[in-house]
Parts: sequence; structure tokens; C-alpha cells
Amino acid sequence: MANMNPKKTPMPEQDPLVRNHNFEEVTLGYTDEMAMEEAQRCLQCKHKPCVSGCPVNIRIPEFIRCITEGDLEKAYQIITSTSSLPAVCGRVCPQETQCEAKCVRGIKHEPVGIGRLERYVADWYMNHRERTPVKTERNGHRVAIVGAGPAGLTCAGDLNAMGYSVTVFEALHTAGGVLMYGIPQFRLPKEIVQKEIDLLKSNGVTIETNMVIGKVLSVDELFEMGFEAVFIGSGAGLPSFMNIPGESLVGVYSANEFLTRINLMKAYKEGYDTPIIQPKNVAVCGGGNVAMDAARSAKRLGAENVYIVYRRAEEQMPARREEIHHAKEEEIDFRLLTNPVAIHGDENGRVTEIECIRMELGEPDASGRRKPVEVEGSNFRLPVDCVVMAIGNSPNPLLRKTTEGLEANRHGCLVVNEETLQTTREGVFAGGDAVTGAATVILAMGEGKRAANSIDEYIKSKK
Amino acid sequence: MFPILKKRRLNDTMTLMEVEAPFIAKKAKAGQFIILRVNEFGERIPLTIADYDREAGTITIIFQKVGKTTLLLDQLEEGEKILDFIGPLGTASHLEGYKKAAVIGGGAGCAIAYPQAKALHEMGAHVDMIAGFRSQDIIILEEEMRAASDNLFLMTDDGSNGNKGFVTDALKAQIDAGADYDLVVAIGPLPMMRAVSNLTKPYGIKTIISMNPIMIDGTGMCGGCRVTVGGETKFACVDGPDFDGHLVDFDEAILRTRTYREDEARATREYNCHLMEGAKNG
Repeated sequence: MANMNPKKTPMPEQDPLVRNHNFEEVTLGYTDEMAMEEAQRCLQCKHKPCVSGCPVNIRIPEFIRCITEGDLEKAYQIITSTSSLPAVCGRVCPQETQCEAKCVRGIKHEPVGIGRLERYVADWYMNHRERTPVKTERNGHRVAIVGAGPAGLTCAGDLNAMGYSVTVFEALHTAGGVLMYGIPQFRLPKEIVQKEIDLLKSNGVTIETNMVIGKVLSVDELFEMGFEAVFIGSGAGLPSFMNIPGESLVGVYSANEFLTRINLMKAYKEGYDTPIIQPKNVAVCGGGNVAMDAARSAKRLGAENVYIVYRRAEEQMPARREEIHHAKEEEIDFRLLTNPVAIHGDENGRVTEIECIRMELGEPDASGRRKPVEVEGSNFRLPVDCVVMAIGNSPNPLLRKTTEGLEANRHGCLVVNEETLQTTREGVFAGGDAVTGAATVILAMGEGKRAANSIDEYIKSKK
Repeated sequence: MFPILKKRRLNDTMTLMEVEAPFIAKKAKAGQFIILRVNEFGERIPLTIADYDREAGTITIIFQKVGKTTLLLDQLEEGEKILDFIGPLGTASHLEGYKKAAVIGGGAGCAIAYPQAKALHEMGAHVDMIAGFRSQDIIILEEEMRAASDNLFLMTDDGSNGNKGFVTDALKAQIDAGADYDLVVAIGPLPMMRAVSNLTKPYGIKTIISMNPIMIDGTGMCGGCRVTVGGETKFACVDGPDFDGHLVDFDEAILRTRTYREDEARATREYNCHLMEGAKNG
């Protein structure tokens, strides 16, 4: 008999006013009892709408039934038959717009906590099972992957399982992409990402770090080295600035720099050499998940006041509701309908204030969104010693600049055949943020999977 | 891991290392740089490629001991390994087509100016090299610089080598004597590159400088290294490090390099204390 409780089983969390002083994970995960209770809320629908909401089509009701039957081993096998990074996705997917948005229980009440259950199964497996490498027979074909983010790692994992010899080339000193440098420890512990990457390696995937493709090797050279296809999953790592006066002052960071120093270089931790400003008052410009991550990180560095400065209203914020909620609980100060116009500094070139203007929502534009317009004469200043620009990223131009015949659109996104994900160069495929612009981890993984299948077909058809 | 094949102390503060990095050596060009990380707790620092040997598969770096990371790097001996070594990064210098050039190095900057002089010289340009040091006892690469140029002007701030003055004094003297340069390359501390750019501007001599801002990734993903050039924001790690000296906002660049001055001083102090304690206990 299904558990007809209208609400999701709550997940325990660190107290907001404790956790905003540490970098440990905010959400603590379900206990066995909580997972059992939540799993029983699933109605096991015949038509399974939730599955179509998942970009990698995890067989959701099947794995949830395994939880109710106490067979977590089998639940894990079902999830990992289509998803490579369940401990990651269970934590960072925007389930409210994906699987959980389609859940039948969500029509009248709260949907089943699919993400929480996925995380529970993945964590259980990590803690209770020695993960034994899967030995796959090699088929004698080699594929190169550029970028070790979610798209590249998924593509690599799938091709490896099909028997390809796969080498992933990563520019940074650590694999993982945004999972390592972007998403903070308190949302996604780096140890979990590292375990997933180690498993891929023990399954046979080769990862070469410190290799900036486009500089140290060109795409053409990868083919000369004997790789028969190349997948580009180089992401969207080029930060945008607002082009307002004062952006070069000391204390103004791109969110990429701020988060890279914190997450990848561990600037917040004793014993690590990379420095970061210890701010008192911080303005984070933007309204997406990256802005929430930067603001919550700034609070954890010890800032007293952290402002989110966003030019539209809260309903229009692209960040996940859960992240906005968490940020508010942690005493992040939301300054909505507010747009930065200039940053001011002292004689040492250090930030002292951010000047903003109030906005109001005007008529809906072509996309239906009400466009914010400036309220004339409403300028005001906030005293800050640090400003973080989190207004978006676009794909890094390095690869397309160094590779003949690789076309991109006016946003710098690589042009691909929508069916096959092949770029304008034969044998070169692309997916994830390099193609879509900044999107989500699970979408990137979905594209990595699709590209793996296309590459398999492409190489087989050449024979 | 990247093995150190050769290590040579050039003077009390500067060290040369030849590092085995065959992929980078195959591609490196004058003006490019690498990023390295000494150990897993380490920060990423940029260093210019001072030389490369494509056959031997080595990259030469020359660094000055200015803080914790360079002190740590200096502790590594031949046969030991550097954890991460990434490159070649940045855009290579454009030195083609010049007839008469002055290449100016200031202190540690000579290690970066020297390969530029060598490249220009090999392309057939007449090269005057002007190298400035605080005093005679820290002069480096004298023989190499002499071999890479038609004339070498060695200047010391204190006159201890008999040639007192700044690099700008020597450059001005040459220009006034009718040297007729069509290119000046200046590499060294920001105030020195600013002084050279200010000197050449009224003469309209094309002046290339090499920026040395704070960097993290060195691949264009963070903008930590941004500099204002001709009113536009550029990322030194991908658009540079070479820029037109007449267009760079040096004052802003100087302020930005001071961002972490206190953290750096503390890290160096703590590192030195730690070494002293080790010496006492050991």
C-alpha cells in the first residue's frame, strides 16, 4: 500500500546558522527508514511519466521498487545502467523541472523525492560495497575526449563500456570540470566526485590532466595519433563581465575565479597556498545557481553581509528554488529589481562601494518575460569590499580558434547535427555546454551518452 | 609528474631548471608561458618559457625566489619532479619583419627578454640588448645575451659594473644617437615597462611589453589576469602576455598585482619560520 502522505519525507539538514560558517555538506541524506518511507510514496505508474523527464531516462519506478523491497544492490544496478554519476546527479540535478516535474504525485501534492532516493542508493553503494572494476574486452578502436566534465566523463564511460579505448584530455590538474571547480563542497563533496572518477579509471578510461587541447595538441594531431573520433566536451568556461566602470578594481572577481580559488584550489582551507580575499561585505551580481553558490561561499569565508544583486524579480531568477531557499535561510540578503551600474574604489584600487539603480518590470517582451527598466534617479550605493560577477559564461573559444572547419554560432556554441551531435568536422562530435551554452550537469551527461552512441555508429560504419 | 633534468643557481635569488615536458617542448614558441604547481597543497603560478629543446623534450624555466611557491620550487633538486606543468599557454610573440630592435630586460625579466632577442637575431634583425640589474653581483645570462645580440648594454642601478643608470638611460642614449629602432621589446617589472613605454611613445617606436598579472588557470576561464589595453578588457593568459606598451593601463595593472600582498608576505614568513625551526630541530 502506497504511503499517501502529501508531502515529501523531509531530508535532514545542517542548521542554517551553523552551516553558513562551514563548508560541509548542507543536506545530510536519508536514513534507511526515511528512504523506505519516501520510496513507498511512489505509485509505480504503468506509463512512468517521470522516466521521460530524466535526460538519461533512468528507470525510476523500478529502482524505487527495489528500495521498498530492500534490494539496494539491484536499485544501484538499475540506476547505473543508464547514469554514470548518480551520487552527483541525485544532489545537483534540478529535479523540479525534470523527473519530479512529471511525477503523478506532484499533480495534487508534492512529487516523490526521486533525487533524494537516487542519492540515497548511490551513497549506500559507495559506503557498503567495494566497487569492483568492470573488465570489458577491447574492440581495438580509440576515441579521444576533450574535457573531463560531466559530458566528457559520461561519453568516456559509455564508450569504454562498449569496448573502446578512451583517453580523456583535461586542461586543469584535476578531472571533473565544473563538479570540481564550480559547484561548492557544501552542495557536492569533492570526495564523492573523485570516487566516481576513480571508478571510471579503474574500469579502463585513461585520463590525462594538464593537457590543454588547442595548445599542446590540436584536434588534427589527435587523429594523427590514431584516435578515430573526437568528442568535445569543453564546456562553457569563458566568464562574462558587465562592462561597467570599476570592474578591474581589486576585489572584483568573476564567479569562475572566485569559485575556482575556493573549490579547486581550496583557498578556504588551512594548509593550502592559494589566497583569496577575506571579504566583509560582498555583492554577487546575478540570479542563477552560480550566483547562489558564490554568495553562500562568501558567507562561509566569514563575510558579514552578502547581497545578491539581481535586475529582475525573484520569480524570474534562473536559480533552483531549493538553492534560493537555502541562501535565504543562510541570511543572504536579496536585493531584487536592482542593477549594478558602477563599482567604486579607493586610492589603492580596492573596491569600496557598488553603485546600483532600482528597476521595475515593464511590458512583456517577445519571449513573454517582463523586461526590467531603470527607475530614473534611483541610484544608491552599497558599501562592499568584494564584488562577484555571476552573470553567465560562454564557451571558451580556444578549440574552435585552433581547429579548421569547426563552426560555431554567434554565441560561440559549436554547431552540431542535432541527431548525431557531429560537428561540422567529420569524426568530431560535441556535447554539453560547449554546444548548448551554460546548462545543467544532467543535460551535459545526456548529450555525452547520445554522442557515445553516435560515435559507436560512426566508427562501425567506417569499417 | 614532470622530472627536473637540470638545475643551476644563476645567482642568490635566481634559479634555472630544465624540465622534461616533451609535449610542451614540441609546441613552445617565444613569448609563451607555462603554469606549474609544486605539490598537492600548492598554488598554480605562471612562468615564462625561457628556452626549449624539441629533440630533448625539455622546457627551461628561470625563476626568482620571491615568495613561498618559488622558495618551494627552489628546494626541488635534479631528479625530483614537479607535480603539474601545463602549457604552452598564451599567444606567441609576433617578431617577424622588424629590421632593428632594442630588447630590454630588467632583472629577472632578462630571462624572458633573452629568448626574444635570440628569436629576433635569428630572423636577421639587428638587435641591441639592454639589460638592467640592481648591482653587478646579480647579473645573469651575460654570455647568452651577448651571443643573441649585436650590442649588449649592461646597466646597474648602483654602477657597480662601471655602467651606472637605468635601462631607460641607455635606451634614450641610443635613440638620441640615431639608432632608428623599428621595435622595442621591454620585459621586467611593471614600473620599468611603463618607463620604457613612456619613453618610446613620443618617438612613435612600436613597443611590445610582456604582462605578468596574477593568474590561476591560464586558459581564459576566470579573468583573474585581466588587463585594460586601449580601453578594452583583455585576458593576459590568452590574448597576451604580449601587448602594445603604449596602450596598456600600467597604473591599474600595478594595483592589481598587489591584491594578495599581505597573504603572500605572511605565507613567505611562515614558510621561512618553518624552515628555521626545521634547522634548529634538525
